[in-house]
Amino acid sequence: MVNILANPARFLRLAGAVLPWCWAAAAVTGGVGLWLAVFVSPADYQQGDSVRIMYIHVPAAWMALAAYTLVAVFSAVALVWKHPLAHIVAGAAVPLGAGFTAICLVTGMLWGKTSWGTWWVWDARLTSVLVLFFLYLGLIALRGAFDDAERGNRAAALLALVGFVNIPIIKFSVDWWATLHQPASVLRIGGPAIHPSMLWPLLTMAVAFMAYFAALLILSVRAEIAGRKLQALLVAAGRNEPAADGLQGEAR
Amino acid sequence: MTAAVTEFFRMGGYGAYVWPAFAFAALVLGGMAWRVLARLRASEGALDRMRDRAEGGRP
Amino acid sequence: MTTARPRRPAFTRRRRRLYLLGAAAVVLGLAAMLILNAFEDNLVFFYSPTDLATRTDVPRDRLIRIGGLVEKGSVARQGAEVRFTVTDTANRLAVVYRGILPDLFREGQGVVAQGRLTAPGTFEAREVLAKHDETYMPREVADAIKRSGQWKESEGKAGAGTGATP
Repeated sequence: MVNILANPARFLRLAGAVLPWCWAAAAVTGGVGLWLAVFVSPADYQQGDSVRIMYIHVPAAWMALAAYTLVAVFSAVALVWKHPLAHIVAGAAVPLGAGFTAICLVTGMLWGKTSWGTWWVWDARLTSVLVLFFLYLGLIALRGAFDDAERGNRAAALLALVGFVNIPIIKFSVDWWATLHQPASVLRIGGPAIHPSMLWPLLTMAVAFMAYFAALLILSVRAEIAGRKLQALLVAAGRNEPAADGLQGEAR
Repeated sequence: MTAAVTEFFRMGGYGAYVWPAFAFAALVLGGMAWRVLARLRASEGALDRMRDRAEGGRP
Repeated sequence: MTTARPRRPAFTRRRRRLYLLGAAAVVLGLAAMLILNAFEDNLVFFYSPTDLATRTDVPRDRLIRIGGLVEKGSVARQGAEVRFTVTDTANRLAVVYRGILPDLFREGQGVVAQGRLTAPGTFEAREVLAKHDETYMPREVADAIKRSGQWKESEGKAGAGTGATP
């Protein structure tokens, strides 16, 4: 399984086959999900129509956590198996995860103002999610801070693994400590506490976010591989030597 | 008709919070795609041009 | 790959890295748990009325947050001043507040207030925030459940108990 990452050409072929399905899934579930969220789903018995922010906020929060988990897993694979592609996948997921975290924070502030009466409080849930956002920014900065790309990759992978302790903290902060943020509504013991008429739009939007993330991740990995190939060709051309990676076999 | 539309955008009084939330999400999601596609076009385009030049330059 | 050192099979080096990483993860996880345990009290966002009644480490001289349920029938307005009782079903606390209450402030619902203890059992709030629970449903469903008598108090219960000490 891990060895798919050893062969970029095979990975690209596989990703190319999956990509159209990701776009199709994102378009269909995104369209249907938005329609359900805005027009079909009912207003909440306490919060009225402001509950519709949930259909953006919660999928974004889930993707922020999922993307970070993916970054940590691929960082571990990169450090242990040294497949260059694992670093590329981890690096591609970081800006996407940062985007989802930003959506989660901003929509959460808007929702918090309407329901709690404040934009922000420093409770354990909100603070740990803000830490996640800074972790993402740190990973972006760290990768760019080294002249030697390999060292930057390794430093970022280590930070990603250290930062992973934050993920269970975010998830369980609402159970471990007294927070203003309410406990989990969907992934909880005893089943979802959301009425099906609101749960289904939420899950549809979650699938849309996930498919969109997968599509952008594949494209981002493809762009990075092309960029490295280009870099290698330019270096080879600069040394006035034939390209080494077989792209231009007939040029030698 | 217009009353229904106005009522819809008012979102039961929460329109000022609901619509900015959706708009911000659309902006960030769109920005993510724009950034990835721009990088993809740049690197794959440069690769294609190099390949064309190499093939055109052959005797 | 081209080092002069006697080469070990890639397999064992990979396995060593895996073990190293696993050990580092365990140590880090433990450290994080210890730190979180030590900071537990500072991570408490609010105290419950029971905390105030039983704990001795609650600061009396500076701003703190308290949380619980707004007791049914306890809200009384006098001009700009609102008085209500916060309860966690075991203990109660009288709260005085001047200002605008959030939309979700309701009797029987969760609330978190920042302010000062002025006398035993009285709290002067500077800011009142509504705390809601994890239940979401349409109004008709909530009404139907209430009509059928199946409404559990836990379903309108947010913020009772601090969760700080399980």
